[in-house]
Amino acid sequence: MLKTHVNNHESRFALHVEDLTVSYGTKPVLWDIDLDVPPGVLAAIVGPNGAGKSTLLKTILGLIKPAAGHVYIHGKPYTKQRHLVGYVPQRSSVDWDFPTTALDVVTMGLYGRLGWLRRAGKEERRRAANALEQVGMEAFADRQISQLSGGQRQRVFLARALVQDADLYFMDEPMAGVDATTERAIINILKELRTLGKTVIVVHHDLQTVSQYFDWMLFLNVRAVAQGRVEDVYNAENLQKAYGSQIALLQNADIPTSKSVTTQSDILTSEALQKN
Amino acid sequence: MDALISFLTDFNVRNVVFGAALLGISSGVLGSFAVLRRQSLLGDTLAHASLPGVCLAFLIVGARQALPTMLGALVVGSIAAFTVLLIIRRSRLKTDAAQGVVLSTFFALGIVLLTYIGNQNNAGQAGLESFLLGQAASIMPSDVQLMFYITLIACGLVLVMWKAFKVISFDPGFAASLGIPVLTFELLMTAMVALAIVIGLQLVGVVLMASMLIAPAVAARQWVKSLELMVLLAALFGMLAGVGGAILSALRSGFATGPLIVICASIIVMVSLFFAPERGLLWAAIARRRNNINLRTQQVLTDMYHIAEEHNDANYPIEIGMVNSLYGMRLDSVMAGLEKQGWLRYDKHMPEEGRHVVLTTNGYQEAERILRDMVKRD
Amino acid sequence: MIESILNNPDFVIIAVGTLVGIASSIVGSFLVLRKASMLSDAMSHSILLGIVAVYFLTGNQNSPFFLIGAAAVGVLTVVLTESLAQTKRVNYDAAIGLVYPFLFAIAVLLINIFVRNVHIDVDAALLGEIGLSWLDTQQLFGIEVPSSLIKMTIITVLNLAFVGLFYKELKLATFDSGLAATLGFRPGILYYALLSLTSLTAVAAFDAVGAILVVAFIIVPPAAAYLLTDKLFNMLAIGSVIAFLSSLLGYGSAVLLDVSISGMMALWTGVFFTLCLLFSPSYGLIAQSFRFKQQKVVNAQRTLLIHLFHHEDDENREEENALPALQSHLRWTAANSREIVMDCLDDGLITKQADSDQLFLTEKGRIWAREVLEPWQHS
Repeated sequence: MLKTHVNNHESRFALHVEDLTVSYGTKPVLWDIDLDVPPGVLAAIVGPNGAGKSTLLKTILGLIKPAAGHVYIHGKPYTKQRHLVGYVPQRSSVDWDFPTTALDVVTMGLYGRLGWLRRAGKEERRRAANALEQVGMEAFADRQISQLSGGQRQRVFLARALVQDADLYFMDEPMAGVDATTERAIINILKELRTLGKTVIVVHHDLQTVSQYFDWMLFLNVRAVAQGRVEDVYNAENLQKAYGSQIALLQNADIPTSKSVTTQSDILTSEALQKN
Repeated sequence: MDALISFLTDFNVRNVVFGAALLGISSGVLGSFAVLRRQSLLGDTLAHASLPGVCLAFLIVGARQALPTMLGALVVGSIAAFTVLLIIRRSRLKTDAAQGVVLSTFFALGIVLLTYIGNQNNAGQAGLESFLLGQAASIMPSDVQLMFYITLIACGLVLVMWKAFKVISFDPGFAASLGIPVLTFELLMTAMVALAIVIGLQLVGVVLMASMLIAPAVAARQWVKSLELMVLLAALFGMLAGVGGAILSALRSGFATGPLIVICASIIVMVSLFFAPERGLLWAAIARRRNNINLRTQQVLTDMYHIAEEHNDANYPIEIGMVNSLYGMRLDSVMAGLEKQGWLRYDKHMPEEGRHVVLTTNGYQEAERILRDMVKRD
Repeated sequence: MIESILNNPDFVIIAVGTLVGIASSIVGSFLVLRKASMLSDAMSHSILLGIVAVYFLTGNQNSPFFLIGAAAVGVLTVVLTESLAQTKRVNYDAAIGLVYPFLFAIAVLLINIFVRNVHIDVDAALLGEIGLSWLDTQQLFGIEVPSSLIKMTIITVLNLAFVGLFYKELKLATFDSGLAATLGFRPGILYYALLSLTSLTAVAAFDAVGAILVVAFIIVPPAAAYLLTDKLFNMLAIGSVIAFLSSLLGYGSAVLLDVSISGMMALWTGVFFTLCLLFSPSYGLIAQSFRFKQQKVVNAQRTLLIHLFHHEDDENREEENALPALQSHLRWTAANSREIVMDCLDDGLITKQADSDQLFLTEKGRIWAREVLEPWQHS
């Protein structure tokens, strides 16, 4: 209809994904995803195993080429907005026996803006140390990463994203397999980021904590099942749509209504636990 | 002393030593990245697979010259790397099978070409067979010069692209999100592995080259906390192994240089694995043993405490033989340790019975503390 | 009659090559499936140390003790590699690349030190002398039979017997070693038995094809067969056929070109592998890329249908479900969009009025879209 209309509705959102379709080889992983995340929210992406959550993140970040569709970040393509984006990959994606310290890993977050030849200097190390302090890891700055616990490693990854000083953060299961203290520390930092007006998009595996932690969410299962404010979207109907056959296991117990979901979803989270 | 100087100034020996040092440096630096990226055996594959390249270069040029040989090895090595990648990405075979297939069939082609050249009755043929296991004696000053330039280029590339190499080796996904062209760099790093192999062809040959890429890097990894130090130390270890092997082989004629370099590198690995601070297996074993003794000591102490408690006598003398039989072993060292701590004293109960021990007040309190801590931990 | 066949060089060479190939690819199949192919590379190299060491100790190259002693070093390589990897200081693949070059280097050094005049020559050890395999014979039931033929027959029968006897267990241990363990099959022991046989095969094949080319016989025929079939039995059979054909053609072409026989045999396994890689109807590159293209068209059609379905009741329907949106929203090229729309029109999945750029789903198209989006309602 109107071209101008298109551009307007794209720039209003921190993240605007339109008609995104991705396939690995012959197997489609994501079908026609439309997604609009307003700025300044803490957003969760939830869905069963194999729903394409990580794939969605990676496609948004340009690590996977989509078969159709496009992604805009604050109204422009990702390649133009890279400086606005911070990324926390899954912890299991790297070799933690790599010879490096916590501080050094965080410093790598600044490599994007250092250019080809410039080394990381005093200023970069200072900023990295600040980021480590933010996540409560300042005492571990010189520690070998192989000697850190799972939760500590996750905080180091978070610090590496923080030092990127982004507007929009993407995090792939940051709270999977971490201890309760770390989980609390992480969620506090995420909420702080939101207070600063930043947008945080998190792949999340634990249905029980969705409404407690997040204010915006996407139910994903190969397609976008439902999205919006958590209080509007988080209900039995959408859970059924997203988890489909898996929730059929719960048919004998009552299908959770939006109020009882927190108590009924234990079986669903066991799926996430198995994954770890 | 004079003998040593004249030995080291010997024209041929100097060539070999310099060449081996350069080989050690380049394969140490480039091998570090290969090992960290879990591509150790890619070097093995490419080394074996570069044999037909060497032969083809000879067939085309008609003589054995360093530059065409290296170019041939580099080109065929890169083709082999590409083939491995193609098989892994496009077929159902996994990395190991892809490497095994490429390694063995390319090598077979090399052998076929080698015998073909042999039948041409060409004088340079003897030199060609030395590429299997290397032949240091045939190395020329111009070869060393060429090795020097290649090493310089390789190290220069690593220096210039340091940050990209580092972040890709650690976390390729994150590197891509920063806008680094990861695939291009991965191809470049693979090509550089082929480059390192090319440098080693004449000295250690295709069969043993894998070790030169892996050993210095693995040894260096044990000592350091950072990639920067790892690469430097790997270069140093590689150089030591190279120079050591070269000198050893010069001491007695007829000793192949390549195997001696590899053995030197392997010894450096063993020393590093056992004695490196923090990661050394020796320290780990000592710590484990100490831990076991501590645990045993605590156990004995609390057992004695319980026995004393049962008899309502803090000074109850306990027969050592009884404690020993409780554990099914002699506890002399544990008892000695406890006495040294001042937690028990020996006591002669009755002349006809064995030695006895009694908890001291300190020992009694220590046992109570341990038991309290145990309760807390539960 | 039999004796003249058994002493015909051509027959003996092809037969030895075939037996090496069959014995190797039978054990190799399990290594490929277990993703442990490179262990055979490591073992076959370090066996040289076993051969040299046993040779020094016994001075004899033909006793069964020689075979077993040398094979033990091959197994030792695996044991050393695995214990090195278990220290967690070294990756598994790096451990492989540390252990075998060390053992191999010691072997070469030993040869250098002790046997410059004795008959072990490194080149022969690396390349083998299958061309001479008919020369060395011994009496068997009153007939002169080439020793290498006897040796390889025994090894082949041994491997076949092992795989035949433990077929079920091997299969289970290969595909699900966890389950095999809980069923009490001791997959660890089975695995080491397999590795021992691999090592033994490599030692036996050593003087025929040498240390490195035996790797080709262990890995390449099974890998090629794996591209053709999903069934373990077929994989073993096809691998053996490839081994036979490679020996036959390898010998023929080697004689023709006057080059290394064992090298040519190994090279032919590579030719068969390449053929399978390219032309296998199930997993070949060509069939795959053809299927990939087909699937891509179907996927593109579905993408369009789902897009239309999503926006059917949308307030932006007119903008979304129109031809221009395919380029501005789906980011397809103009040519691509046209092609896919034509495909969908032809298949009766969508309709379009001639004078408008609006696209509408037909009932059939709607069903297609629903099948993808709500699979649980259709399965």
